[in-house]
Amino acid sequence: MSALDVTAAVFYTLVFPGLLFTGVVGLLLTWVDRKVTAIVQSRVGPPWYQPFADVGKLLAKRMVIPRGAPALGFLAAPLLAITGATLSAAIVFQAVFKPEEGFIGDLIVLVYLTALPAIGLIVGGASSRSPFGAVGASREMSLILAYEAGFLLALSTVVVHAGSIRLADVNLAQLLEGPIVWSPSGLLAMAVLLVCVQAKLGFLPFDISEAETEIIGGPLAEYSGVGLGLFKLSRAMMFLVLPALVVVLFWGPVTATPASLVAFLAKLLVVEVLLIVAKVTHARVRLDQALRFFWGRVVVVGLLAAALAVIGL
Amino acid sequence: MSALDWCFKKSIWVYHVNAGACNGCDIEILDTLTPYYDVERFGIRLVHTPRHADALLVTGPVTRQVRDRLLRLYDATPDPKLVIAVGSCPTGGGIWHNSYATLGGLANVLPVAVYVPGCPPRPEAILYGVAQALGLVQQQVSAQAYAEVT
Repeated sequence: MSALDVTAAVFYTLVFPGLLFTGVVGLLLTWVDRKVTAIVQSRVGPPWYQPFADVGKLLAKRMVIPRGAPALGFLAAPLLAITGATLSAAIVFQAVFKPEEGFIGDLIVLVYLTALPAIGLIVGGASSRSPFGAVGASREMSLILAYEAGFLLALSTVVVHAGSIRLADVNLAQLLEGPIVWSPSGLLAMAVLLVCVQAKLGFLPFDISEAETEIIGGPLAEYSGVGLGLFKLSRAMMFLVLPALVVVLFWGPVTATPASLVAFLAKLLVVEVLLIVAKVTHARVRLDQALRFFWGRVVVVGLLAAALAVIGL
Repeated sequence: MSALDWCFKKSIWVYHVNAGACNGCDIEILDTLTPYYDVERFGIRLVHTPRHADALLVTGPVTRQVRDRLLRLYDATPDPKLVIAVGSCPTGGGIWHNSYATLGGLANVLPVAVYVPGCPPRPEAILYGVAQALGLVQQQVSAQAYAEVT
């Protein structure tokens, strides 16, 4: 690997389409989220620069480490979250911009990387030495096991369709045979994936681990300044990455041509608005209700989708 | 104005503290946060923990018991921070200004940035006070020192 390759890799990870690009677009999408929420609640809503002002302010504020909290875990947790979001963004957008550079198994790696922000929340909550953080962390731990099952089943449906565990091959298969979502198994699997993405993003009705009105933000309760800003930024980045993953996996093909990118953006916005409307029109469910929902109906529908895909529907 | 100053002016998260208030001002603060006034337009948000807060909205005449909690709350809020006194009571003690049970106003405990008088102040007045604390509106009155007329 030459120095030029290293520079290109660093640029790819940190600027485009990694940290900087995903952060900026993710924050803009957070504004879309807040604006749509405001419209549904018959309000005017914030101006477009609001998420940038929020995160900029948080990054500039002093960070308080709670007395007696283990500093290593407390400080590492936001970094874990932002690393996970950056690397997932790099892999998802690799399938779009550099399809030939994807490696075999990047879909599997993505499963682990998209779980990192949630693991960051668990570590941060557990090491914040606050009962709210501990309750939030334990809730997130129960929830992550439940929604990852549905997530994996939806992904395995795609793998059966494409016959490959490479993201670029999934894109290629859709280029040849049309979007996966237009098959019965694809439609079911996409519905399962959307529900799991809702939980992964910590949106209502599955914001059980944060539950601002109940446990005042759970793991985030003790975070201030930079730590909180990084968590908010990683949340905004995942709000771009996960819906983009849904579009790339089910509603492709996405290629690096202008027309395809515009269509990608339109599909992305449709998926985002779907998630946002579900968020503002639902109340929070209890942890046991959510677990029963994910281990019950979501897994059953996911298994059905995988079975349908195996027999070729 | 630097980019950071701009961020602080456009995004202010408030934490509501009741320091022995009669609930009148607290209800007016809740009114300010309803969709009718929609403070999210100005980047103002109510947060649930002092760790996330940029400003403390304090109501009530500051009773003796609440003093310690108020100081701890102030310490728990990360710098830079503002304290905004909402209502007649934190402004000067209100009708409890000389009571043994209160400390007669917020200025005796914390450094106050802006006073919003009124019993209770209207939601517009609270909004105006926060905007004034951020420097978004021009100051109309200035502090006056008492001078003996001869």
